[in-house]
Amino acid sequence: MSMAFNEEQEELRKSVRRFLEQKSSSADVRKLMETEEGYDPAVWQQMAEQLGLQGLALPEEHGGSGYGFIEQIVVLEEMGRALLCAPYFSSVVLAGTALVESGDEAAQKDLLPGIADGSTIATLAWIESPSSWGIEGISATAKRAGDGYTIDGTKTLVLDGHTASLILVVANADGGPSLFAVDASADGLTRRKLETLDMTRKAAALEFSGVKARLIGSEGDATGILERTLRIAAVGLAAEQVGAAQKCLEASVDYAKLRVQFGRPIGSFQAIKHKCADMLLEVESAKSAAYYAAWAIADGTDEVPVVTALAKAYCSDAFASAATETIQIHGGIGFTWEHDAHLYYRRAKSTEQFLGSPAEHRDVLAGLLLAGQGS
Amino acid sequence: MSFGTVATMTDDLATPDAVRTAVRAFLDESFDRDLPLRTWLERLTDSGWASPQWPTQWFGKSLSSDLAAAAFDEFRKARVPGPPAGLGRMLAAPTIIAHGSDEQKQQFVRRILTGEDAWCQLFSEPGAGSDLASLQTRAELDGSEYVVNGQKVWTSGALGSDLGMLLARTDVDVPKHRGISYFAFEMDQPGVEVRPLKQITGDAQFAEVFFTDARVPAANIIGELNGGWGVAMTTLMNERVGLGAGASLNFPISAPAGRRIQEQFEQSVGEYVDKVSKNRTIVGSAGRNMGLGQLIDYAKKHGRTDDPNVRQQIAKAYTLTNLLTWNGLRAKAASKGGGLSPAASLGKLMMSNVTRQNRETALTIVAGAGMLAGPDAPLGGSVATQVLFTPAPAIYGGSDQVQRNIIGERVLGLPKDPDISRDVPFRDLKVGTQKNS
Repeated sequence: MSMAFNEEQEELRKSVRRFLEQKSSSADVRKLMETEEGYDPAVWQQMAEQLGLQGLALPEEHGGSGYGFIEQIVVLEEMGRALLCAPYFSSVVLAGTALVESGDEAAQKDLLPGIADGSTIATLAWIESPSSWGIEGISATAKRAGDGYTIDGTKTLVLDGHTASLILVVANADGGPSLFAVDASADGLTRRKLETLDMTRKAAALEFSGVKARLIGSEGDATGILERTLRIAAVGLAAEQVGAAQKCLEASVDYAKLRVQFGRPIGSFQAIKHKCADMLLEVESAKSAAYYAAWAIADGTDEVPVVTALAKAYCSDAFASAATETIQIHGGIGFTWEHDAHLYYRRAKSTEQFLGSPAEHRDVLAGLLLAGQGS
Repeated sequence: MSFGTVATMTDDLATPDAVRTAVRAFLDESFDRDLPLRTWLERLTDSGWASPQWPTQWFGKSLSSDLAAAAFDEFRKARVPGPPAGLGRMLAAPTIIAHGSDEQKQQFVRRILTGEDAWCQLFSEPGAGSDLASLQTRAELDGSEYVVNGQKVWTSGALGSDLGMLLARTDVDVPKHRGISYFAFEMDQPGVEVRPLKQITGDAQFAEVFFTDARVPAANIIGELNGGWGVAMTTLMNERVGLGAGASLNFPISAPAGRRIQEQFEQSVGEYVDKVSKNRTIVGSAGRNMGLGQLIDYAKKHGRTDDPNVRQQIAKAYTLTNLLTWNGLRAKAASKGGGLSPAASLGKLMMSNVTRQNRETALTIVAGAGMLAGPDAPLGGSVATQVLFTPAPAIYGGSDQVQRNIIGERVLGLPKDPDISRDVPFRDLKVGTQKNS
């Protein structure tokens, strides 16, 4: 396994960073986070048309570019760095991955091209209780009706659930937990936007009352689909965290060089310098964790369960610590609304919980190690 | 290990496969388990394979660390012993190759590789720890020799060593960094007294070394007179790399070193390898880190695996240990075999974190049994040893705080902490806890 990005991947990183510096500046983020939709449709379209970001890692036969997970990680890292306000994680990483993992060729043919070209915004609705991230927490039901199904139940923390046009829903059918596609305009679906701690990422609560749905894959498939999708999503989220944590580090170091107190830049005081040194070590280690997990997923090794749990736990902690220390190093200015530090702090504490807390992932990791996995 | 010079690589060793083929050819031609250990080490040294990452003209083959790793992997497969792994090869040789005269390289480096000389490091003093440049040991010129008076401390392996990397003050009228010289110092002489220093584990791996009118030829200065600080930096950088990255560039089995144990070099290679393999205990790169596997087995046997705290601690230990390795692999991939970097301090600091984490994991698992030591204690006392040893890596080779300064200043570019003693002539400084006389 190589532990470095190739030239093409570095080029991709540069062009995504350039694009986001222009289209997702601090001013853009602040404008969009106050809107109901939470994204700029024009930028969303440019992402698809100019850079092909939505379809980057989706299969070529369904409108994507067929790149691998490493390229996907590079893009997510840059999006995390810029706190991009867009339904990318929900549409591409959650819904797109779930469709790919479903193995349902017909559904992929119908649904993936829209996700790949950005014309469809999709999301994955599976969470019902905010303390249960897996299949075990699901009690929504799906009943056969004609040649389709109808869904009843409630979902929460559905990322971009209020703006998505396609909603993939996990519900229990006769044959077990299954994945369904629901048109967001279908009768019986009520959507309520939730107020979120991280204003740069929107979420909704959805109520399904006899909503018409299309089965993806076969009944009972959702257990495996969700497990695989959430592992990939956890590493995707870890990459976002790494990008954002790196930005926190840079902001803290720049400020420590600039801010003078007691006649010296505060970065010359060991109290501040040592915080920055620890932050660098944690950010570099978080990169190792996220990249190693991404390489394991890309190569399909049997380390995937172990290293994804490791990466989500460590990167969540590292980002939370970096964002917290960024406010502390900035002092009073870091606690103001005008400074961006709180935007990263909000993202950090929110993604720390999303898809399972560090402690939950460590418990999973320990279970795997006790069962003899891991080297 | 690398010396910041552009490697001039011989064309036939341009790929890992080519290196492996060359190592196998060399072994076919030169290696035999019946050879006396001495003869084998001489052949290995003169072939350039003992330290292939060193420059071709100085006992190496100028290989990048990736290619050298391929060579060591072949030696590992063949279970072939290599040169001594101690401070001579890790610190003294790279320093002398970088700063010494050609005569000094001939005089000292070859004997390190063949195990004829063992080296120790005479740097730290009671009054000069983190602020090493405030060292007080004096070396005063007397004819063609310097006369050395003073005291060193925390000297690993002082008793078995033939030579020391000695930092001593040769000018007290200039600021502290500018009056230090770096000597290759003969240990076996009347003016040198070595006293073992008992540490908190109860062992005595270190010693105090006292100099009373000891002597060293002026010709043994490595680098320039009063230029010892820059020379010492090369030694310290190599030390951080060795302590942090877990030196992967090495033979599976190392020869012993030292003039006092030369009779061991008469035994056959095969005899030596078998003896070492039998006595080998598994130790981590920190020397005291227990394997997580051992702890997991213990947890299972004692019904500790459902305890949520135990599970968290197991996961944390696994995480940090792997991140240390992965950070090293990433740094290596990024540097493409380039020179030493201040980023080595990240590895050194991470090793301290790993060691502390392993202590907490071990204690959480064994719980009250962590109150015991020796044969009554869990895992034959190794948990107790781990607990007692843990403070050491955060201090030796530059404390965690010194590493954070280096990372802050040299990696992140933060301004230096003003050192009020920096420009003051040494003779006017207060040093350590005592007034300089």
